[in-house]
Amino acid sequence: MPEVTLQKISVAGGTESAPPSGPALIEVKRLSLHYGATRALKEISITLPERLVTAFIGPSGCGKSTFLRCFNRMNDLIDNVRIEGVVKIGGHDIYGDDVDVIELRKRVGMVFQKSNPFPKSIYENIAYGLRLHGLKAKSELDGVIETSLRGAALWDEVKDRLHASALGLSGGQQQRLCIARAIAIKPEIILMDEPASALDPLATARIEDLILDLKRDYTIVIVTHNMQQAARISDHTAFFYLGELIEFDTTKKIFTNPTNKRTEDYVTGRFG
Amino acid sequence: MQTHFEKELAALKEKLLTMGSLAESAVTRAVKALVDRDDDLARQVQAADDELDALEVEVDDLAIQLLSKAPLASDLRLITVAMKISHDLERVGDEATKISRRAIDLGREPQLKPYVDIPRMTTMALEMLKGALDAFVRRDSAAARAVIPRDTEVDALNKQLHRELASFMVENPANISRCLSLMVISKSLERIADHATNVAEEVVFLFEGRDIRHQLKGKALA
Repeated sequence: MPEVTLQKISVAGGTESAPPSGPALIEVKRLSLHYGATRALKEISITLPERLVTAFIGPSGCGKSTFLRCFNRMNDLIDNVRIEGVVKIGGHDIYGDDVDVIELRKRVGMVFQKSNPFPKSIYENIAYGLRLHGLKAKSELDGVIETSLRGAALWDEVKDRLHASALGLSGGQQQRLCIARAIAIKPEIILMDEPASALDPLATARIEDLILDLKRDYTIVIVTHNMQQAARISDHTAFFYLGELIEFDTTKKIFTNPTNKRTEDYVTGRFG
Repeated sequence: MQTHFEKELAALKEKLLTMGSLAESAVTRAVKALVDRDDDLARQVQAADDELDALEVEVDDLAIQLLSKAPLASDLRLITVAMKISHDLERVGDEATKISRRAIDLGREPQLKPYVDIPRMTTMALEMLKGALDAFVRRDSAAARAVIPRDTEVDALNKQLHRELASFMVENPANISRCLSLMVISKSLERIADHATNVAEEVVFLFEGRDIRHQLKGKALA
C-alpha cells in the first residue's frame, strides 16, 4: 500500500495550510502485525506530529486499538503476536533491542475505556507510579500530585478528600484520575482508547475539554467510535478498515469531504 | 433499502426542486405579465410567492432537524447547501414579485419601447437557474461550473439596458418613471442570474467539497 501522506487542501480566499503539522513525533513505516496466522494490521505507514490530537476511527475489529497499542508495546503482552515494520518515537525505534519497555511506557502513557483506578486513595493512585519512578519526598509528591490533579481538571473536586478511596469517585472523575495518573509521570504521548465511551454526556464533555487543554503539553492519540467526538477534539483523523489505514488527513477534511469512498461511506453511516 | 435518514435527505432535495420549479415559473410569468401587459397574471405571481416563502421555512426547519443528527461528509454538505440554495430560490421569487409589481405600474402607461433585451435577459437568467438545478439533480459539478461564467453576459445586458434607458430619460423627462421601472426589472433579472450563480457554486461545493465563491474577486484584488 502506498504511504499515506497529509495533503494540502485549498479553500476559497487563499491556501489553507496543510494540516497544522509540527515536528514529527511518531513515525510508523510499513507496520504489519500478526496474531498467529492472522494479519491484523497491514503495512501501515503514518507520521503523527507532536502536540496535536490524532483520532483513530473505524468499525470494530478494524485494528485501530491494536495499532494504538503498538506505540507503547502493549501488544508485547499478548502471545503469538508478531510485528514487522518500524515504529519510531522521537526518532528512536521503539522495537529496537536496546529499548527499555518500562521506560518507553513512561514516555507513552495510556488511558483505557474503562477507568481503572487502583483500590487505594486518590492520593495513592498517583503517588504509586511516582514512587516507582523514584520520587520519595512527601513535599515533592504533594506538589506533583496537586499539579497532576489540576492538569486533569480534578483538583477542585477532590482536594478535600485526597485520602478517600478512588473507588468512591464517579465514573467521569475516575477517568480523570486515570488521566492525572498518566500525566503525573510526565509522558510525551498519551494514548487513549475510547476514554469517554462509558461516560455520560457531561462527563464526556469534561474529558473532551481536558484533552484540548492537554494538547498544549502532550501529543494525544485517541481511539473513538464517536465521530462527533473525533470532530470536536482532534486535529487529524485516520480511518482504518480491515487492518489497513484507508485515509489520513485533517479532521476537517475527513469529516466534510473525505477523498476515499470507504471513508465517506463510514462517516456517513452507510457501512461499518 | 433507504434508511430513515436517507428518506429525510430525499425529502429535503424534493422540497428544493419544488422551490426551483416555483421560482422559475414565477419569473417566467412575471415577465410574461410585463410583455403581455397582463395585470391579472402579475397579481397571481405576487400571490404565489407565499408558497416559496413557506417552503424556504420548511427547508430550514428540516435541515436543522437533520443537522441535529450530526451528519458528516456529503450528507453534511448537502444539508448546509440546501439551506443556502433555498434562500437563493426564495430571493428569486422575491425578484419575480418585484418584476410583477413594476409590470402593473408600467401597464398603466403606454409602452415605452418594444421589449427585446428584457425577454433575452430572462431567458439567459432562467437557463442559468435551470442549468444549476439540473446539475444538482444529475450530480454534475462540471455542468454547475459551466453556468457561472454566463453571469457576465447577463451583467453586460443589464448595463447595456441601463445606458439605453438613461438616454430615453435624457430625451424626455416624461419617460423617467417608466425608465426607472424598467431599470428595476433589468436589475431584478441581473440579480436572478446572481442567485443562479450562487446555486451553481453551492452545487460545486456539494459535489466537489470545494468552495469556489469569490475566487475571481480575490484574483482581481491580488
